[in-house]
Amino acid sequence: MSLAAVTGFRTWQPRGEGPWAWLAAGSVALSLLLLAGLLTLIAVRGLGHFWPASVSLVELDDGQVFAGRAVRELPLPAADGAGGARERLYFTGNRDLDGHVWQWVAVARITASELPRELVVLERSRHGDFIGRLVEVVTAGQQGTSVGEGGRGGGDGGGTATWTTLQERLSAVDALRAERDELQQRVIPPLVRRLENDPGDRATQRRLAETNERIRGLQESMQTDAAVLESVDGRRIVLTLDEVLRSWRPNAMSLPEKLGAWGRGVGRFLSEGPRAANTAGGVWPAIFGTVLMVMLMSLLVAPFGVLAAVYLNEVAHQGRLTNWVRIAVRNLAGVPSIVYGVFGLGVFVYGIGGSIDEWFFSDELPSPTFGTGGLLWASLTLALLTLPVVIVATEEGLVRIPDHQREGALALGATRLEMLTRVVLPMAVPAMLTGMILAVARAAGEVAPLMLVGVAKLAPQVPMDGEFPFLHLERKFMHLGYHVYDTAFHGDDIQAAMPVVYATALLLVLVVVVLNLTAIFLRHYVRARHGALSRH
Amino acid sequence: MPELPLSPPSQQRPDATRLESDRSTAMGPIIDFAPDVSCLDVERLSLSYDGKMALRDLSLRVPRHRVTAFIGPSGCGKSTLLRALNRLHDLNEAVSRQGSIRLEGQEIHAPEVAVDELRRRVGMVFQAPNPFPMSIYENVAFGLRLQGGLTRRRMSDIVEWALEAAALWSEVKDRLRASAWSLSIGQQQRLVIARTLAVRPEVLLLDEPASALDPISTLKIEELIRSLKSQLTVVLVTHNMQQAARVSDYTAFLHDGELVEYAPTASLFTNPRLARTENYITGRMA
Ligand SMILES: Nc1ncnc2c1ncn2[C@@H]1O[C@H](COP(=O)(O)OP(=O)(O)OP(=O)(O)O)[C@@H](O)[C@H]1O
Ligand SMILES: [Mg+2]
Repeated sequence: MSLAAVTGFRTWQPRGEGPWAWLAAGSVALSLLLLAGLLTLIAVRGLGHFWPASVSLVELDDGQVFAGRAVRELPLPAADGAGGARERLYFTGNRDLDGHVWQWVAVARITASELPRELVVLERSRHGDFIGRLVEVVTAGQQGTSVGEGGRGGGDGGGTATWTTLQERLSAVDALRAERDELQQRVIPPLVRRLENDPGDRATQRRLAETNERIRGLQESMQTDAAVLESVDGRRIVLTLDEVLRSWRPNAMSLPEKLGAWGRGVGRFLSEGPRAANTAGGVWPAIFGTVLMVMLMSLLVAPFGVLAAVYLNEVAHQGRLTNWVRIAVRNLAGVPSIVYGVFGLGVFVYGIGGSIDEWFFSDELPSPTFGTGGLLWASLTLALLTLPVVIVATEEGLVRIPDHQREGALALGATRLEMLTRVVLPMAVPAMLTGMILAVARAAGEVAPLMLVGVAKLAPQVPMDGEFPFLHLERKFMHLGYHVYDTAFHGDDIQAAMPVVYATALLLVLVVVVLNLTAIFLRHYVRARHGALSRH
Repeated sequence: MPELPLSPPSQQRPDATRLESDRSTAMGPIIDFAPDVSCLDVERLSLSYDGKMALRDLSLRVPRHRVTAFIGPSGCGKSTLLRALNRLHDLNEAVSRQGSIRLEGQEIHAPEVAVDELRRRVGMVFQAPNPFPMSIYENVAFGLRLQGGLTRRRMSDIVEWALEAAALWSEVKDRLRASAWSLSIGQQQRLVIARTLAVRPEVLLLDEPASALDPISTLKIEELIRSLKSQLTVVLVTHNMQQAARVSDYTAFLHDGELVEYAPTASLFTNPRLARTENYITGRMA
């Protein structure tokens, strides 16, 4: 017997005769390829964003010089018949100097292109990246180290001393910034709250004033140092160091250094909040919002879905009406998600939320507390959206439980409730988890209804913090899916935002996969506990 | 075989010896004894599924602390009758029932009877073993946990006793925490019997308990049944004539939802009164 015959379906060769088997196998291969291609695309584009790519110094045939990172190359439309002409896109940064950050050049016009080690890239809090040379660092009161006139490629490999000074000063500024952030985020809010409760509290007033003074002081010391920078065509700018977020010299970096920088870039992307209208910075609030919302949704949908399925399958009279309800539930799964969003907005946000505001938060009206979109309403809306999935999956699990299991429990003197809770429901747990897996997969990727019921373009505060009641259900939250949409279409530089879009999309996929795997492992664990389920 | 003190065959008809033509339907069943210590008392029980009659006006009395076998062709209503005895039909909306069943003189359909309490007193073992997806120990402890109020110590004593009684203890005592589904089918069936015994029922209903078993397991279960009757009343449904002859004290032959003949096992098998009964036990009728 051949190996293929022994291993059966483990071979790649489709079994069965005729072209249909090849057709079926081909379809599988095609879908796998599409999936792999999709993931590769967003992974490469998204992760490449964090790579400190080399910056070329380019000279054109008309004498123009610029520095930039080559992004892509396309064939030129061959108007003059000369085939093979190509055109290259550079990212040149320096929006404040040039008014643009992209430059197309015909490859044929390039007379020289080199990678000087001294070229620096600075990520700034305004105007995006700067690409050029570092001339000198000016610290308070004294003349800073400078590269010296003409500073191009000195004996020390391109102003390494100045570069080192810059790094030192920058880490000093980082320390100041961290202290300021600490004061602003941890010290000020409790003081403000205390004053809200008791406006006459002198001691607190004094502490608040002192802290604000301290913050002002920190801010000033952050601005005392400055870097003098020069673009490769000789225009200078002066940048106070508090404006510099990151700095690197890509051409002077070794591969391990680049990898390290890439890792730190990814880490920052995952852990920081967004900047520059969401086109830069990190997506931490969006990750947090997505995961929290999905978890809340699961907590809401699980009990309702399971109870509904139990009612339909175990309690209700199995008649025509029950069947109609069943069909209705299944069809509910096909209602477009935006319709659920409309329902959530009308019923949860304006209806229930409005009433809650009138009863409990009337002193804050007209500014709404629950009467506007928020975490709770979004989770509820998605719970409603995924309810049919959970009901159907659970019901399928319940149907599969043989009647003799139920009768076995009853015959031992169990009441119907005991039979349900001790035998039937535990046996249906894997099916319920299957339902939850499907629900999570659907909910985590859903964006449209969220736009109506509580997702925010920018929510500076995540909905969970150390402040009572810790979980703030009424707050708006950020979501990876919406972040993708927002970044892609609402920034002013779509080209620059695209890498962030890819990275965020990749992250969304990863979050969904992780959430799903969690549920799958849970189900596997539950199944493994009782061994060979297939025997019954 | 221990003899049950029998009163004279009161319901026996004078012409009931060997009827050549099958006239029992018209004349009512042949009942060759009247147990004076009856445990279950079925009276004029009729039962139908969705209007389709499965039991017709059936009356019989099951003696206490004896093994009573129900035999009859497939579909004659043996399981239906058995399930009626602990009201397992209650949940099936398609079933309608007339007539009464008394357990120790108490009508089991009376409103004051709690059905879970009744099922604890009348335990049932099904045709196919149906252990729960739990450990062996938890399966046996299931009914005990429902009752509650037992110390851990007492619970494990009862579990051991029940497994011992079901002749399973020696095989599973080292793996009580293993899944019940890892047992062989024969072991599973004995586990299910142990599970039922653990709640100390007064009556044990066995629906073809050995139909899925190999000869050795069957033998074990038969021994078990014989040993149990000192403590409880056993009702056994079986397709196996030898088995009925081996373990039962009384045998009832059912056909088409009716009781045809009911007599001490020895006399029913050696000297059936009706041709229908004889045909069935000698295998001339399906
Ligand atoms: N749940 C049910 N719904 C409808 N009809 C049923 C149901 N259970 C049994 N019946 C019918 O009732 C009649 C008696 O069935 P029952 O199961 O009591 O027979 P049985 O004597 O136990 O047969 P077997 O020896 O094959 O187990 C059969 O005609 C059967 O089709
Ligand atoms: Mg049967």
